Amino acid sequence: MSSPLPGQPVLSVRDLRVEFATRRGVLKAIDGVSFDIARGEVLGVVGESGAGKSVTGSAVIGLIEPPGRIAGGEIVLSGERIDNLPAEALRRIRGKRIGMIFQDPLTSLNPLYTVAEQLVETIRTHEDMTARQARTRAIDLLAEVGIPAPERRIDSYPHEFSGGMRQRVVIALALCAGPELIIADEPTTALDVSVQAQIITLLKKLCRDHGTAVMLVTHDMGVIAETADRVAVMYAGRIAEIGPVREVVSRPLHPYAAGLMGAIPTLDQDIGRLVQIPGSMPRLTAIPPGCAFNPRCPRVFDRCRVDRPEPIEHRPAHKVACHLYDPAERSAALEAQP
Amino acid sequence: MTAFILRRLLQSLGVLIAVALIAFLMFRFVGDPVNQMVGIDTPQAEVARLRQELGLNDPILVQIARFIANAARFEFGISYQFRLPVTQLLAERAPATLELALVSAIFSLAVGIPMGVYTALRRDSALAKAFQAVSLIGVSLPTFLIGILLIYLFAVTLGWLPSFGRGQVVRLGSGWSTGLLTVSGLKALILPSITLGLFQMTLIMRLVRAEMLEVLRTDYIKFARARGLKTRAIHFGHALKNTLVPVITIAGLQLGSIIAFAIITETVFQWPGMGLLFLKAVQSVDIPIMAAYLMMIGFLFVVINLVVDLLYALVDPRLRATIGSA
Amino acid sequence: MSSIDTPAAAPVRTSRLRRILDSDIYASFRSSRVTMAAAFIVAAMMLAALFAPLLATMNPFDPAQVFLMNASLPPSWLANGDAQFIIGTDDQGRDLYSAILYGLRVSLAVGFAGVALAATLGIGLGLIAGYFGGRIDAIIMRIADIQLTFPAILIALLVDGVVHALLKGTSREDTAFWVLALSIGLSFWVQYARTIRGSTLVERNKDYVQAARLVGLPAPLIMIRHVLPNVIGPVLVILTINLGLAIITEATLSFLGVGLPPTQPSLGTLINIGNQYLFSGDWWIVAFPGTTLAVLVLAVNLLGDWLRDALNPRLR
Repeated sequence: MSSPLPGQPVLSVRDLRVEFATRRGVLKAIDGVSFDIARGEVLGVVGESGAGKSVTGSAVIGLIEPPGRIAGGEIVLSGERIDNLPAEALRRIRGKRIGMIFQDPLTSLNPLYTVAEQLVETIRTHEDMTARQARTRAIDLLAEVGIPAPERRIDSYPHEFSGGMRQRVVIALALCAGPELIIADEPTTALDVSVQAQIITLLKKLCRDHGTAVMLVTHDMGVIAETADRVAVMYAGRIAEIGPVREVVSRPLHPYAAGLMGAIPTLDQDIGRLVQIPGSMPRLTAIPPGCAFNPRCPRVFDRCRVDRPEPIEHRPAHKVACHLYDPAERSAALEAQP
Repeated sequence: MTAFILRRLLQSLGVLIAVALIAFLMFRFVGDPVNQMVGIDTPQAEVARLRQELGLNDPILVQIARFIANAARFEFGISYQFRLPVTQLLAERAPATLELALVSAIFSLAVGIPMGVYTALRRDSALAKAFQAVSLIGVSLPTFLIGILLIYLFAVTLGWLPSFGRGQVVRLGSGWSTGLLTVSGLKALILPSITLGLFQMTLIMRLVRAEMLEVLRTDYIKFARARGLKTRAIHFGHALKNTLVPVITIAGLQLGSIIAFAIITETVFQWPGMGLLFLKAVQSVDIPIMAAYLMMIGFLFVVINLVVDLLYALVDPRLRATIGSA
Repeated sequence: MSSIDTPAAAPVRTSRLRRILDSDIYASFRSSRVTMAAAFIVAAMMLAALFAPLLATMNPFDPAQVFLMNASLPPSWLANGDAQFIIGTDDQGRDLYSAILYGLRVSLAVGFAGVALAATLGIGLGLIAGYFGGRIDAIIMRIADIQLTFPAILIALLVDGVVHALLKGTSREDTAFWVLALSIGLSFWVQYARTIRGSTLVERNKDYVQAARLVGLPAPLIMIRHVLPNVIGPVLVILTINLGLAIITEATLSFLGVGLPPTQPSLGTLINIGNQYLFSGDWWIVAFPGTTLAVLVLAVNLLGDWLRDALNPRLR
C-alpha cells in the first residue's frame, strides 16, 4: 500500500460537510471542517455531545449511514482521496488502512463468536493468510495489547472478559491489519476510571511503536491533555480552535475553548476556579446565524451575530475561528481606543 | 446445568398438574360422566354401582390424584360417542396430525426465514414491499379461507391436487401410518400443509425481519463494518446468527401451536387427524376426548418449551455461562 | 353563532380539535394513504352493519321473504342471474347481499363484545395483580402464563364446548352469541393483563398513589380513578389488533360449526354454508362473504399496525 511520503499527512480533511436529510429539512452535522494528522501523531477532537466529533470520525472511515451523507469536501488518506471511492474499495480500506475503536467494548464485539473467530475473520479479510497463520498472528496481537495467557484466552467468548480486557480485544481488532490511522471514538468513556489510564497508555504506546496516526474523539479534556499532540475543539459542527495541545490547554484562544479548559478539574487548582459555560449548545435545527457560539459567548460583539468567523492562523500551527483574532478587527479596536 | 434442567422440569410439572386439574374439573363436573355412560332405562341400582366403581363417591382429592395418575399412564377413559378408549382413538389419528404439522413447520421455516432476511436487507426494494404486503394478508386471512381458496383453485378448478383426505397411506410397524411414502399421500399433503403453515410463515417472516433490523443497528455490526468485513460476512455471518437466536424460541413455540391450529386445517380438508377428532368431540360434548386432547397439547407445549430452552442455551454462549454457573 | 350563548365553550372545543389536528399521530395518519383507506373501509363497514336493515333489499331471516325456488342463483351479471339478487342467492334462496350485511352485523357485534369482555377482564385482573402484588399477583400471572401456552382458538373451542355442555337444555340459538363472546373474552384477556400489570407495578410506587393511600382512599377507587388513567394508553393498540383476531376467531368457530347457527349467520357461518356448495360450482356463496371478511380483517389489522408504529416512536 502507498505509505505516506515524508512530510505528507496520513489524513488530510478539507472543508468536510456532512448533512442529514430529515422530515424537517436538511441538518448540517458537519459544516466545513479541515484538519491534518501526521504520521505517529495523536489528534484529540473534543466538544460537547452533538458537536460533530463522532460524525467526523464516521465520515473519515466511510460509515455515514443514510439519511446522512457527505455533502462536500475531501478526505485524503496518505495522498489518496477516499471520500469518493466506490463502496467495495472503501470497505477494503476499512480495517486494513484505517482501524476504528468504539466507545463500548461490551457491545462492540459479537457475543456469539469467540475472540479467536472475530480476530481470524478480520485478519483473513485483509491479509492472504491461512487460518493457522491468522491464529498465530491473533495470539501475538492479544499478547501485544496486554492480555495474559493469550493462547488460552483467545478461545473465550467476549462476555468472559472484563470491560478493560474487552477494550484491549477491540484495540487488537482495530490494529490487526497494521493500519496507518486509528479512529478512537470515546475509547475510555464506558470503562472504569481505574482502567481508563491503562487503555490510554496502551493505545499511545502501540501507536508510537507502529507509527500509527490517531484521531482520538472524546469529550474528556483530561484524556486529551495526557494523550494528544494536537487538539481540535469542535462546536456545532465546526472547528472552533485547533493547535498544539499544550497551547490550547494553557492559553486557549477561542472563548468556548477557554470555557472548556476552565471546566477541567485539576488537583492543584481550587474547586472555586471551576467555571461553567452558561447555556447549552444549539440544536442542529437551530444554529444561530453568524458565530454559532455567539448566544453563550462572554465576549460577543455585533459582528459575531451576522458574520460567521473562518479559521485564522493566530499563532504558528494554531488556528482559531473567532472574530476577536481577526487582524482587521484588532486594528479597528486599536483605532477606537483614545 | 443440571440445576437449571431440574428447575425447569419442576416448573413443567407444575404446569402439567394445573392443566390436569382443569381437565379433571371438565371431566368430573361438566355433565355427569355416569349419565353419559348409561341409558335412560338403566336401573337406579346399576347407576349407583357404576358410580361406586368409577370412584365418584370418593373424596375429591382422591379423585384428583387418581385422575392424574391415570393421565400419567395415558389413560383417559372411554369416549362417550365412540365407546372406545380415548388413548386408542388419539393414537390412531396421531400420525396424520404429526406428519401434517411437521411438513407445515418445515415449510414455514424454509420460506419464512429467507423472506424475513430479504425484507430486512433490501428494505426498500419492490420485492421486499411485496413480501410485506403478502405477509399482512397472510396474517389477516383466516386459515379456513386460505384452505377454501386453495381447494377451489387447485382441486376444483385445476384438478391438480386432491381436496380432502390423506391419499394412500403405508403402515409402518405396529401403529404408524404414513402418507410420506406414496405419491398420492405426498400430493394430499401439499394443500393442507401450505394452509396450515402460511400463518406461521408470515409470522416467522415478520419476526425475522424485525429482529434482523434490530441486530443491524447494534454496535457490533457497526464495528464489523469498521473492520472492513465483507457485506456478505456481516449479513449472513454476524447478523443472521444473532437474529436466529430469539427466533428459535418463537419458532419452537409455533410448532406447538401448529398442532393445535391443525384443528381448522383438518376440518377444511377432512384430514383424519387428532384435530378433527377433537372438533367432533367439542360438537358432541365428548368430555373424555376433550380432556385428553387438552392434556396432550399441554404436555406437548411443556416438552417443546423445555427443548427450546436447552437449545437456546446451546446457541447462546452468554446463557450457557449463566446456566453453567447456576 | 351559538358561541354567543356559551362564550367559554367554543375556544376550548376548537383548541382540543386543533390539538388533535396538530399532533404527530394525525400527521402520520394523513401521510399514509393505506391507513386512510383502511380507516375508511372500517368506518364504512361499521356503518353498513349498523344500518343493515335499511341497506338490505330484504330481511334474509324472515321466512315470508325467502323462497326456495330462488336458491343458488348466480350473481346478476351471469347467465341465469336475477337482477333482484345482485350478487346471487344462497342455498335457501336468501339474497346474498342482504345476508352479508346482516352477517357483518353479527360478526362485528360478536367481535366487539368479545374484545370488550377480554379487555375488561384483562385490565381488571392486571390492575389487581399489579396493585396488590404478592400472592394474588403470582396466582393471576401464573394462570396467564399457563393459558398463554395454548393457542387462543383452542381455548375458545374448549370454552365453547364446556359452556354449551353446562347450558344443556337451552336452545343454541338463544345462547350462541354470548357463548361466543365469552369464549373470545376468555381467550384474549392475558395480553391486557400483562401490559396493565407491568405499568401498574411502576405507577404503584409513584407519589400520587402513595398520597392517595395515605389519605385513606379505598383500593378500588385508587385503582380506577388514579392508576387506570395512567396505564390505559398501550391498551388502545391491543384493542385494535385484538378486534381483528376476535373477528377471525368468531368466523373460525362459526365455520367449524360450533359458533353461530345457520338461523342467525355471521360471515363465518355464511362461508361454512358456501363451502358445502363449492364443488357444485356455486362459488359465489363462499366468495362474497369470504372477501368481505378478509377485507374487514385486513383493514382492521392495517389500522392496528399503523397505530402501533405511530405510538411507538422507536420504530419511526
